[in-house]
Amino acid sequence: MEADALTTDTSTSLPQTAATDRPFARGLMPAPVPVQFLDHLGRRVRVFNDEYPEPSSEQLVAAYSAMVIGRRFDIQATALAKQGRLAVYPSARGQEACQIASMLALSPDDWAFPTYRDSMALVTRGLDPVEVLTGPHGSAHCGYNPRAARTAPQCTPLATQLIHAVGFAFGEKRKGRPTVAMAFVGDGGTSEGDFHEALNFAAVFKAPVVFLVQNNKYAISVPLSKQTAAPSLGYKGIGYGIASEQVDGNDAMAVLAVLNKAVAHARSGQGPVLVEAHTYRLDAHTNADDATRYRDPEEVDDWLRRDPITRLEAWLRHEALMDEAFVASVVQKAEAFAADVRDRMSVDLAVDPMSLFENVFATPTPQLLEQRAMVEAELEAEEASR
Amino acid sequence: MTLAEAAHAAGTPAPPPQGVTMSGAINRALRDAMTADTDVVVFGEDVGTLGGVFRVTDGIARDFGQDRCFDTPLAEAGIVGFAVGMAMAGFRPVIEMQFDAFAYPAFEQIASHVAKMRNRTAGKVNLPIVIRIPFAGGIGGVEHHCDSSEAYYAHTPGLKVVTPATVQDAYTLLREAINDPDPVIFMEPKRLYWTKGSIESAVAAKTFESFGHAAVRREGTDVTLVAYGPSVDVAIQAASAATESGWSVEVVDLRTIVPFDDETVVASVRKTGRCVVVQEAQGFAGVGAEIAARVQERAFHSLHAPVLRVAGLDIPYPPPKLEHIHLPGVERVLDAIARLQWEDSPDVRFLSGSKDGAA
Repeated sequence: MEADALTTDTSTSLPQTAATDRPFARGLMPAPVPVQFLDHLGRRVRVFNDEYPEPSSEQLVAAYSAMVIGRRFDIQATALAKQGRLAVYPSARGQEACQIASMLALSPDDWAFPTYRDSMALVTRGLDPVEVLTGPHGSAHCGYNPRAARTAPQCTPLATQLIHAVGFAFGEKRKGRPTVAMAFVGDGGTSEGDFHEALNFAAVFKAPVVFLVQNNKYAISVPLSKQTAAPSLGYKGIGYGIASEQVDGNDAMAVLAVLNKAVAHARSGQGPVLVEAHTYRLDAHTNADDATRYRDPEEVDDWLRRDPITRLEAWLRHEALMDEAFVASVVQKAEAFAADVRDRMSVDLAVDPMSLFENVFATPTPQLLEQRAMVEAELEAEEASR
Repeated sequence: MTLAEAAHAAGTPAPPPQGVTMSGAINRALRDAMTADTDVVVFGEDVGTLGGVFRVTDGIARDFGQDRCFDTPLAEAGIVGFAVGMAMAGFRPVIEMQFDAFAYPAFEQIASHVAKMRNRTAGKVNLPIVIRIPFAGGIGGVEHHCDSSEAYYAHTPGLKVVTPATVQDAYTLLREAINDPDPVIFMEPKRLYWTKGSIESAVAAKTFESFGHAAVRREGTDVTLVAYGPSVDVAIQAASAATESGWSVEVVDLRTIVPFDDETVVASVRKTGRCVVVQEAQGFAGVGAEIAARVQERAFHSLHAPVLRVAGLDIPYPPPKLEHIHLPGVERVLDAIARLQWEDSPDVRFLSGSKDGAA
């Protein structure tokens, strides 16, 4: 590659007239096109990124490693679902830049409020992948300790956990703790009423929340065009008084840069931020879904050419921030990670029938104790008849 | 000069204080809980500066500050979800849904998150939230202001459902609700907001008994009336009137629908041998149906007659000028008591062809 080809200036002279006291150059307005640092070939570009410091080399290399491991984990989880080891798995393959950057932008004491499609992000956060997959495995609902992991349970009723992130972040602020909450939602989830209530509450209470909208273009089968008439989902923040941005969600450098700043903005007490990341769900909704019923393979191919991993890899190699040996070591780590997940998920996790009665209330009601005794007797009879 | 002052000036003692209203008792409970624990916060629509549309939070924002008692945007799902988050951060939110039917937008938050969080997280995250809901009718309210929505919550595992029938219970049960480690739906019978009673002994008590203890409000030997919230007073009036017909009627006030006090209810029915359940809510698939089923499961051999229900009609809550027909009153309760097979002859009203039959 020619060195000159790597510096393409595509920024335009659009007016940037926002008030100077705003942390984001355009005030509440997102950029007219998604912020980009690297084009699809990994060439450094200037697309509305002047306001965003470039992420450090260390963060970029960490992002690369996490994306490779994250994708391998995701592929492994899909395989486990196809083998029947998991009841279901909603893949995030193709969304690695968003998944990884969302967590690398956070401090260890921050909290995440993820959806079911954010398992890769949780693994990046350092959660035990087996605990993350406990829900789809079927042995418990949430397999990890949210308090220890500083991560709320993965949420299935879409957008309903966003308002928890808002109340939580506000509560943390009231307690004098500098916690930021990263709240996850997809393009489909922005149609839910709770999304709007969460944005409004966040703005009114100046809650330190970053809303990350991963616009992966489909809500199961329904395309974005049937979901919204807005020019960008990033625009949905403006009406609530929330600083908003849109970013190329397959450009890890850009997502990191924008989320780094969004987290800092929230932490500094300036209120919430909404970020729309344009990305693509390469796999079907889950292993139980057939995406060929609603989209063309050409479309998928087109997005494969915008792959977030190869893009960042091209840049890091060009900058000599990593070499062949490093890439090989990351691949090796990813394989070891997947093998560990495979091995541990192939063992049936223990389930305790009596646990059903334990956490309905702090103390079981008399009625639950009666039902517990009934089940206990049933199990004993079953055992005796063996 | 007031009458009291005039009386005092005339040398006669002032009349004894009339006590506190139920809304005043709830206000006092909120204040005492907020004083006892700085993590208790109160929020909802109009609860701050205004003090709530029923003035239940009157003066609390002024006295405790906007940090402790504050208005929110008008969005019930948002209010409940915000409380979930604040509880996760270590607070004990006491939130107000302005009216029963206005709580429905929050139902998903309540059923999917508030009720389930402890269970979903294997006990790692509990939500000590109290959701106060002024509920039920009898105040001449227009549509969407008088629903009896308790069954929706009682049917949802993970929620405690509480409804006071007396002023003292309004204080005691709310204090207990705020202390409870689990979410509590605290249903306040609107029509009782202005009733008066004393809370002095409850305030002085400092400790509160745990949920799940029904109270025998009136003792009797022939019939047990089981009621809760707004219907307890109707049951007590019916019990008084029943003495004219020679029936000695016991009245059990559930106080907490969840947890349910089978023990007290069944003990009463074993003693009396007859049972009528009174609820204001529409009857079909209601809390009263659950009580009737439980009594028959547990005390069948003690019963001289089927357990009967007296409930609201199975209609959307009627307009104010018709609510008196919908609401179960003393006469309807007495009619039910009269049907408890005192002569040990079959009740023919449901037989086709009988003159009282439906067919």
